[in-house]
Amino acid sequence: MDMNSFSPMMPTSPLSMINQIKFEDEPDLKDLFITVDEPESHVTTIETFITYRIITKTSRGEFDSSEFEVRRRYQDFLWLKGKLEEAHPTLIIPPLPEKFIVKGMVERFNDDFIETRRKALHKFLNRIADHPTLTFNEDFKVFLTAQAWELSSHKKQGPGLLSRMGQTVRAVALSMRGVKSRPEEFMEMNNFIEVFSQKINLIDKISQRIYKEEREYSDEMKEYGPIHILWSASEEDLVDTLKGIASCIDKCSKATEKRMCGLSEALLPVVHEYVLYSEMLMGVMKRRDQIQAELDSKVEALTYKKADTDLLTEEIGKLEDKVECANNALKADWERWRHNMQNDIKSAFTDMAEENIQYYEQFPTLGINVCRKRQGFCLACWWEKGAGQIALGTDTEGFINPFTAES
Amino acid sequence: MEQAPPDLERQWQPAPLEPLGHADAGLQAAVGEEAEGSRDEVPGDGTEHALGLGVLMTENNFGLKKIEISVSEAEKRTGRNAMNMQETYTAYLIETRSVEHTDGQSVLTDSLWRRYSEFELLRNYLLVYYPHIVVPPLPEKRAEFVWHKLSADNMDPDFVERRRIGLENFLLRVASHPILCRDKIFYLFLTQEGNWKETVNETGFQLKADSRLKALNATFRVKNPDKRFTELKHYSDELQSVISHLLRVRARVADRLYGVYKVHGNYGRVFSEWSAIEKEMGDGLQSAGHHMDVYASSIDDILEDEEHYADQLKEYLFYAEALRAVCRKHELMQYDLEMAAQDLASKKQQCEELATGTVRTFSLKGMTTKLFGQETPEQREARIKVLEEQINEGEQQLKSKNLEGREFVKNAWADIERFKEQKNHDLKEALISYAVMQISMCKKGIQVWTNAKECFSKM
Repeated sequence: MDMNSFSPMMPTSPLSMINQIKFEDEPDLKDLFITVDEPESHVTTIETFITYRIITKTSRGEFDSSEFEVRRRYQDFLWLKGKLEEAHPTLIIPPLPEKFIVKGMVERFNDDFIETRRKALHKFLNRIADHPTLTFNEDFKVFLTAQAWELSSHKKQGPGLLSRMGQTVRAVALSMRGVKSRPEEFMEMNNFIEVFSQKINLIDKISQRIYKEEREYSDEMKEYGPIHILWSASEEDLVDTLKGIASCIDKCSKATEKRMCGLSEALLPVVHEYVLYSEMLMGVMKRRDQIQAELDSKVEALTYKKADTDLLTEEIGKLEDKVECANNALKADWERWRHNMQNDIKSAFTDMAEENIQYYEQFPTLGINVCRKRQGFCLACWWEKGAGQIALGTDTEGFINPFTAES
Repeated sequence: MEQAPPDLERQWQPAPLEPLGHADAGLQAAVGEEAEGSRDEVPGDGTEHALGLGVLMTENNFGLKKIEISVSEAEKRTGRNAMNMQETYTAYLIETRSVEHTDGQSVLTDSLWRRYSEFELLRNYLLVYYPHIVVPPLPEKRAEFVWHKLSADNMDPDFVERRRIGLENFLLRVASHPILCRDKIFYLFLTQEGNWKETVNETGFQLKADSRLKALNATFRVKNPDKRFTELKHYSDELQSVISHLLRVRARVADRLYGVYKVHGNYGRVFSEWSAIEKEMGDGLQSAGHHMDVYASSIDDILEDEEHYADQLKEYLFYAEALRAVCRKHELMQYDLEMAAQDLASKKQQCEELATGTVRTFSLKGMTTKLFGQETPEQREARIKVLEEQINEGEQQLKSKNLEGREFVKNAWADIERFKEQKNHDLKEALISYAVMQISMCKKGIQVWTNAKECFSKM
């Protein structure tokens, strides 16, 4: 079965580290394996949409079976994300791929777009599965296991659209207040998020631009190489040299395409995911601030109004607990997220560097033969290509390896 | 610095005035003699040029000498042009050194400043007086095949530098050519700063240049040119077309490559700013960013080297035109010959008709005699006599033109063979050095990315 290629490191709390050491020789601690594949187009009278197949394999007791297969559409993912945010307002929920790509998207159902989205959705579900808290969320379980009609009826159970809208309006108003009384560590966190968001966005743009430039470079090389072949038709003495160069250019073009592939598989999705993460994080900060603000507004109410002090005090007590919970949850999740981010970024860029090294190593080693003729000297080159050799010049005596000889 | 020893004057004379296309008989003899005795020292196939030495034959009481020529500096100047307006131009310093046989030391013998237009004048002179020679081309007048970063400005220091090298190359090519190197105007170009322009113009070479129109006419109407020249023309057209195509695409490739490298430089800046907020990743990010900067700036040197490669190709792009000039000259001479032969044939026919009394061809005289009455026998005799004289002259001229033509073909083809060898040698070297450049670029790339990878993996 096609295992998801991505698996984030386990959080480094002492307990899980012990677990890691204990089970080092055993397969993954994971007991929930999810894949997203097989996008399919559905056409109804009202709309066209894509569904993705989700296969879940698990050994957990609370699941009725050990294997599930369901089909979900993007809307369902949105719903799941909403529910998770509701249930855990200060946890860092993994980001979903965007609804639309703003620029240059002609068709929503372009193959590349669908494939990119599929990979991102796959990552989304797996990140949830790896999260120590979110993995046990009830809605998550329903999402993975319920048949289509079961899911629809389950969806209807939550608070209605209007009440959710009302909540949002109040939340925005409150979040403004929360910023003022933010504790030190969350100020730092917020500062980090702001800078990080800026930088990761820039890196996203830079990486996309590099991809574009490489594409154009590869295209130009495709035209460049054949000119040398054309030229060799009118030059008897230069045929070998010209053909050698043409083949080198051709190799280069292919190697560039491979490099681009690596970029789009390893680096671009990771960077983009963290762009979305940075937006997520800002939302999380806001929600934390909201919760704080709720408390602060009640406390303020207490200092001004003498009436209902008992009720207020009780409410404040509850809110204080709520705030403490939220802050702790966020703090813990923040550490986890920072750690994962570090690893993901590290491995993405290391892979990119490796791709580049391989790209430059593609070219065969050059043997330079310098021999003296009657008058002056002539330079001949050999391309060494493992078993075969293509001569660029003439004369074969006195082969000198340039890497050992002084030039 | 003018210090031509007295006996040099005798040796060196400007190419003769008539007939055109003839190698200077006096000079030819001199070349012949010297060539015999100096085979070891004057290979003249361009290899000296590759080693930075130009050979100039000077003969004095001490035998043959070797001379080094270099265009060592370029300077911006302002002056007044022909219309008395201020203009800015670049002047180039030409230094000539003579290499003593005995100890191999070189002594500066001449140094003077010349501007591009004077080089052009020299070349135009050579084109007129040596039409059977493939005259080396000058570096381009204006920057062409520029890619994005390169400036098309003639005052740009990089352009000036590349032009300086190109001009030096031109002088070395002329100096290492077995025939061109002996030209006096060329010698004066290197040694006589003032008055040189006047001296060149005094040769009257502009008047001797074939008119473009005449040449074009000949190209279309010539019936029987030497097949080798026709093939050569096609070859030079192909060469020109393929090299310009290659240079154009190379410029675009350079542009793209520049883009790829430079965009990576942005990583450097962003990583550095990001590292400020990271505790553990900070160092790794910072040093990786530094390597990204190194990577981005490495493209500048790489592309500069590639420009030199492009210049080498450009030289042969312009050589194609020089080849065509020789072909044109042949066509002109051949056409001239054909016209002369035709003229002679018609005169002979006229003569025959007058003598026998039959009129097969149209002639105005014939017409008028028909209309206005016959001419007297005396008149006819007179006309026949004139024609016979003309026919004699014509036959002499045809003979000499034939000879000229064959001489031209022989000499031109000899130079073309020399040129072909030079071209094959130079182009092969240029292409191989291009391949070497690419390899070196890859080596640099491997190094930078290996360093970057190490930094990333330490984050």
